[in-house]
Amino acid sequence: MANRKYSQDHEWVEVEGETGMIGISDYAQEQLGDVVFVELPDVGKMLDRGDEAAVVESVKAAAEVYAPVGGEVIEVNDALNGDPSLVNTDAFGDGWFAKLRLTDPADLDELMDEAAYKTYCEGLD
Amino acid sequence: MSGHSKDLSRPAPTMAAGAVDTVHGHQGLRLEEPLLFEIDNPGAVGVDLPDPGATENRLGGLERHAPIGLPSASEPEIVRHYTRLSQKNYAIDMGTYPLGSCTMKHNPRLNEKMVRLPGFANLHPMQPDATTQGALELIDNLAHWLKELTGMPAVAMSPAAGAHGELCGVMAIRAALDDREGGPTSRRRILVPDSAHGTNPATAAACGFTVDAIPSDARGRVDVKAFADKLDDDVAGIMITNPNTCGLFENDMIEIAGLIHDAGGYFYCDGANFNAIVSRVRPGDLGIDCMHINLHKTFSTPHGGGGPGAGPVVLSDALAPFAPTPWVVHGGDGFSLVEHGADAGDAKPFGRLKGFHGQMGMFVRAYAYMLSHGRDGLRQVANDAVLNANYVMAQLSDVMTAAFDGPCMHECLFDDRFLKDSGVTTLDFAKAMIDEGYHPMTMYFPLVVHGAMLIEPTETESRRELDNFIAVVRSLVARVQSGDSDAFAAAPRLTPRRRLDETAAARSPVLRWTPEIPTAEAAE
Repeated sequence: MANRKYSQDHEWVEVEGETGMIGISDYAQEQLGDVVFVELPDVGKMLDRGDEAAVVESVKAAAEVYAPVGGEVIEVNDALNGDPSLVNTDAFGDGWFAKLRLTDPADLDELMDEAAYKTYCEGLD
Repeated sequence: MSGHSKDLSRPAPTMAAGAVDTVHGHQGLRLEEPLLFEIDNPGAVGVDLPDPGATENRLGGLERHAPIGLPSASEPEIVRHYTRLSQKNYAIDMGTYPLGSCTMKHNPRLNEKMVRLPGFANLHPMQPDATTQGALELIDNLAHWLKELTGMPAVAMSPAAGAHGELCGVMAIRAALDDREGGPTSRRRILVPDSAHGTNPATAAACGFTVDAIPSDARGRVDVKAFADKLDDDVAGIMITNPNTCGLFENDMIEIAGLIHDAGGYFYCDGANFNAIVSRVRPGDLGIDCMHINLHKTFSTPHGGGGPGAGPVVLSDALAPFAPTPWVVHGGDGFSLVEHGADAGDAKPFGRLKGFHGQMGMFVRAYAYMLSHGRDGLRQVANDAVLNANYVMAQLSDVMTAAFDGPCMHECLFDDRFLKDSGVTTLDFAKAMIDEGYHPMTMYFPLVVHGAMLIEPTETESRRELDNFIAVVRSLVARVQSGDSDAFAAAPRLTPRRRLDETAAARSPVLRWTPEIPTAEAAE
């Protein structure tokens, strides 16, 4: 995905127009193990870049998910309430967390592209 | 469902590998035990009371009309039920219990003998002080020694466990800040290292503060530079565990204390791991403001199902005025309790944390432990706890991967690099230990270390026990190296239930028993 960008905290955002879809990366779900619960933000909530957007709980740990970009929450992935395992099986697809109306496209400049993120993750192992 | 006979049509539970498939699921004399509700034997009772005959109640229509819905059983049925359940439990009295950060040490029987003395065992907390002088003196003496051992001027005795002690400490910090600012404090943040026990951030949040995580440095200790950069007039305090959950002594305590005090905040020390330094280091000398002491760890009172715990909190001069009631005072008329803020003189207690005086039974046990060890004996406790942990680390470091270089304190920490590419995870390794007759170490904690395995042998394991434990762990590592990852994935094979589906348990927990046939009352 050319237009998918990543934060150092392993969130991703995929931008289409002024909407950004966010989630956690495959590396992040792998580290967390089986996800058992996801707490999603309320629709309408305003998030600054770096604000806590969601909480994800796995058999190993609970972790905060930070907004990789700022914006207003316009939709959340309700499917995660019934089946949090979507985060494990399809982190970049059906396991998305929320859609934001971006406040400032310049936020994207702070994020890594696919290649940079890959290198970043390799450095962590 | 009625009666207590087993339903033979019920499928037998999953058999352990190699076990015989028996009709009822029992294995030898290890019995499958149903839930209490499932052994319900209507009409059976432990105590026969005469029929009250014709009586008139004065409940004014508030009397119960429907059955209460609790199971019935006779005394022998109840005794057998709980005895069978107890046989499924694992306890420090059965073997090594190397759970890191838990200090699962032997509970000396002398403590138990002392706490059963009728003068302690038969006290009622509402007896007049004049009739409980010995108990009050014991609380006062124990308080004295806790202050002496920590080098702190005051102690709140009533908190009932470690996390309750944390609550006490952070509430004292908040009260001191409110007092200084003449109203609710404007300071909003409490700094907590990323290796902390989960109770630390939970306590700070429960007291209304925001938690700000401080990273650990490459030595597994608080990154002082990162800590200093976070300091401003919004910081209420810092919570540091020492020795920390990586089993390492925090070397920079005095510098951290100076910095947090200069910034106007207070220093909470989590004393969960005090066992490693008791009678060797006085935390008060390091500049802390408060610390809880787990009597059920360092001072050998039972825990892990055998509790309750007890978590007295020592306080600095700055926080002492805000200590919760009650406390023991000693005057011309002997010992008495200050129960209310109105009787507290110049002190400004933030309130009360617990009914009565705290965990009296634990106080007696802890005091018995202190007196039977003495100052030199407690020092030996710390020495041996650290020696045992380092012995285990030294004996395992060539085949496992220690998370940090250098000696440890009371517990040794390994990461999962030695399992890399083996197909075996930390969880698998821990499960395999159960088949070998060992309770696993703490796993996946602290979170700062990948696939963490935290081993705290404590000072009460003998050299022979440690060698047995080490031999088992080494043989399991050898099995990993032989490539037999399937054996690990299947473990535990010899427990009443085999590998539990933790994910399913977390995703769809069954939290209570529900009757098979809903009764008419339940449907109303």
